[in-house]
Amino acid sequence: MGAILEADGLEAQYGWTRVLHGVRFAVEEKGITAILGANGAGKTTTLRAVCGMVKRAGQVRFEGQRIDGKATEEIVRRGIAHVPEGRGTFVQLTVEENLRLGAYTRRETGGLPRDFERIYGYFPVLGERRRQTAGTLSGGEQQMLAIARGLMLRPRLLLLDEPSLGLAPLLVREIFRIVQTINREEGVSVLLVEQNAAMALELAGQAYLLETGRVVMTGPAADLRRDDAIRRAYLGY
Amino acid sequence: MEVFVQQVVSGLATGGIYGSLALALVMIYQATDVVNFAQGEMAMFSTYLAWTMLNAGLSYWVAFVATLAIAFVGGLLIQRLIIRPVESAPILTIVIVCVGLLVILNSLAGWIYSYIQKPFPSPFPSTPIRIGGVVFGAHALGALAVTLLVLAVLYTFFRFTTLGLAMRAAAQNPASSRLVGIRVGWMLALGWGFAALVGAVAGMMVAPVVFLDPNMMAGILIYAFASATLGGFTSPGGAVLGGLIVGVIENLVGTYVRFIGTELKLTVALALILVVLVVRPSGLFGRAAVHRV
Repeated sequence: MGAILEADGLEAQYGWTRVLHGVRFAVEEKGITAILGANGAGKTTTLRAVCGMVKRAGQVRFEGQRIDGKATEEIVRRGIAHVPEGRGTFVQLTVEENLRLGAYTRRETGGLPRDFERIYGYFPVLGERRRQTAGTLSGGEQQMLAIARGLMLRPRLLLLDEPSLGLAPLLVREIFRIVQTINREEGVSVLLVEQNAAMALELAGQAYLLETGRVVMTGPAADLRRDDAIRRAYLGY
Repeated sequence: MEVFVQQVVSGLATGGIYGSLALALVMIYQATDVVNFAQGEMAMFSTYLAWTMLNAGLSYWVAFVATLAIAFVGGLLIQRLIIRPVESAPILTIVIVCVGLLVILNSLAGWIYSYIQKPFPSPFPSTPIRIGGVVFGAHALGALAVTLLVLAVLYTFFRFTTLGLAMRAAAQNPASSRLVGIRVGWMLALGWGFAALVGAVAGMMVAPVVFLDPNMMAGILIYAFASATLGGFTSPGGAVLGGLIVGVIENLVGTYVRFIGTELKLTVALALILVVLVVRPSGLFGRAAVHRV
């Protein structure tokens, strides 16, 4: 299958510090691709560079078209939903308002009621708390809200940044299961950034291993998982 | 008792005006962390435009609506052309740009219209209205009604429309707003537009009382600061309520505390700012600012 997103020679910097040094990767269409690596390897920055949230250079193509010169809001409008690390929900707004904002760029609004239903089907707890402000939700619920808000865009590509961060293992498993369902049933391609390598490799088809801003290893997730040397050297389990 | 009720109602009327201007301040402050010192002068200039249109023979409400439209576009353009280039500059730079804007608008109005006070008409009848033995000024009641109407429209807009929701989102969390595709820069510009519009209403409602001159908003801006501080700079509803409270306090203190009278009224507002900042810096309804370091 072809790639929905391709990055080549991707560089990014904060101030004077360059964080990515020519990263190259591809996200397969309708697949789940994982970017793994230790703290500070540049995983989050890679996602931010794709979305134009950090000063960047190099090429990024989405569905064959260059997006590396575009502003964040324009990239989002093309169908890329970015669920940021730390979730980035609107804490003073209600759950429902957060979800409405997720659909902000959609021109047709006829499908909205059905989408709310679908989302509350995936995340029943959000339905129960639809009138609560997002700030009153627990960490896990906020993570669900962040993913749900991304889905309201009806994206073709979902960028997930550390969805497991700070969550109890049981909850992580639950969230990963939902991501998998969304990927399979709705054909949404997923680019997943994770420190929890074991979980991510179970889910992903293809995986990239990042170290100090460079791709040091790539291959089918199943192969990486089986390779003991890689596991011990890079993945820490 | 009659005097008391009268003073409270006329306090609510001026308080509504303070509250409107305070709301304009809070709208911009929430979105950009900037206190727009030029808010009063923008309102004053809008009122002069209304005066020009009235002199040209337009009927009051036509001129009123046209002024709101011009003020809205003017506020939008000020954000796009003057504030945006310094958006990422240190806060002090932006404050100085606002102060510069204040001086420019003030001088421009003086240059075009002179510093001589001009009467500004009220759309309401000059005959007082009698309700159950108490006599009210028609302008006071009308101004209060107009102010509340504008606030209700704004509330509806921000609460129930998608654009209003997007503007609130952009003010709270610009980074996440971009991630849902909101054009944050335009939302800020719209915020300036709405703030200018609310200010213009305040200007046109207060001008019949204080007379039109380039410095007419100076004192009112201080009352607006007191209102926003009292209600909380992070709470739009609080700012409006703060305005009503300040208006009533001002009137009652001026009436019943002999040595204050009309001369020292403004001091009451300044004292109020000081007391609130010492006792409860976030105001009655504001949230204490929490910044992640």
